[in-house]
Amino acid sequence: MSNVIAFALVGVGLFCLGLYALIVQAHLLRKILAINIMGSGVFMIMVALAKRGADGPDPVPHAMVITGIVVAVSATALALTLMLSLSAASGSAKLSDD
Amino acid sequence: MQDQSEQRIIDDPTQVSPMLRLLIALLITLLAIGLGNAVLSLSTSTAGLTQIVNSQMAQSGVSHPVTAVLLNFRGYDTLLEMVVLLLALLGVWAIGEARYQEIAPGPVLDTFARLLVPILILVAVYLLWVGAHAPGGAFQAGSILGAAGVLLLLSGWRPRYPLMALPLRMTLILGPMMFVAIAAITFIIEGQLLTFPVNQAGTLILILETAATLSIGITLAALFLGGQPQYENEKSK
Repeated sequence: MSNVIAFALVGVGLFCLGLYALIVQAHLLRKILAINIMGSGVFMIMVALAKRGADGPDPVPHAMVITGIVVAVSATALALTLMLSLSAASGSAKLSDD
Repeated sequence: MQDQSEQRIIDDPTQVSPMLRLLIALLITLLAIGLGNAVLSLSTSTAGLTQIVNSQMAQSGVSHPVTAVLLNFRGYDTLLEMVVLLLALLGVWAIGEARYQEIAPGPVLDTFARLLVPILILVAVYLLWVGAHAPGGAFQAGSILGAAGVLLLLSGWRPRYPLMALPLRMTLILGPMMFVAIAAITFIIEGQLLTFPVNQAGTLILILETAATLSIGITLAALFLGGQPQYENEKSK
């Protein structure tokens, strides 16, 4: 069972690393990558914590994660397109302060 | 222009001052400790919803619990997730048109794509079929199909005008439309949305999954184009 907790803790670590990068990094591509790492951390926590029962893993979090992964990919694609059109319009892939 | 912006990425990874970075790092360490504590304080043996799912498996029409949850017990979620995918694609299409560049793939990529795409399509069909009783299903198969599409697009293949207009759009909405249609039919017959009759559940799930696989795969590949395909220009050529 300690395996489960270890994987969940790694998920927490990934989430926090991603959050740090999301705040600190200015470039939007890095922010999008950071959000993806945060999402991967959340998925990892969910998948790890699903396997706490005696009779196999809980299928409900697994079903949520599998759809979540595909939705995350499409959201990333939308974010990247927004970033590209911002950098085409303003010449910089960073958000201005105002 | 492009060199300049690339240079900026390398030169200036951050605009945050070192003191502030330290403060943020400290705060996030605190958050990590708190979250870690929360994970550690969870009970190490909870069955969760496993037993509820297992007790209903006989009525689901499939024998793999994840597929049963995805397509039967929580069909609403999957329906809405298909719509989210479609919305993301509509967002991408609203932002701009796909930038079309002539790509001449190297011989390696060219041969590789020719060899791999049929295999990927075969794997997608297998995953779709095996989802009824083993890990697999619409989302996995759709992702593989999307990967095949991305590989084709990377190697310079572009579908021509008639394929990019109506057939593309019909395939994109096939999954959500099939979900809505089956939801409407079950609403009329059973009185509730997406409540499958036990005997037909397996067939209905297979139909839904096939439609969803096609839509997911084509949506992911279309997202990779990064904009609405410019078929108008091709038509006038």
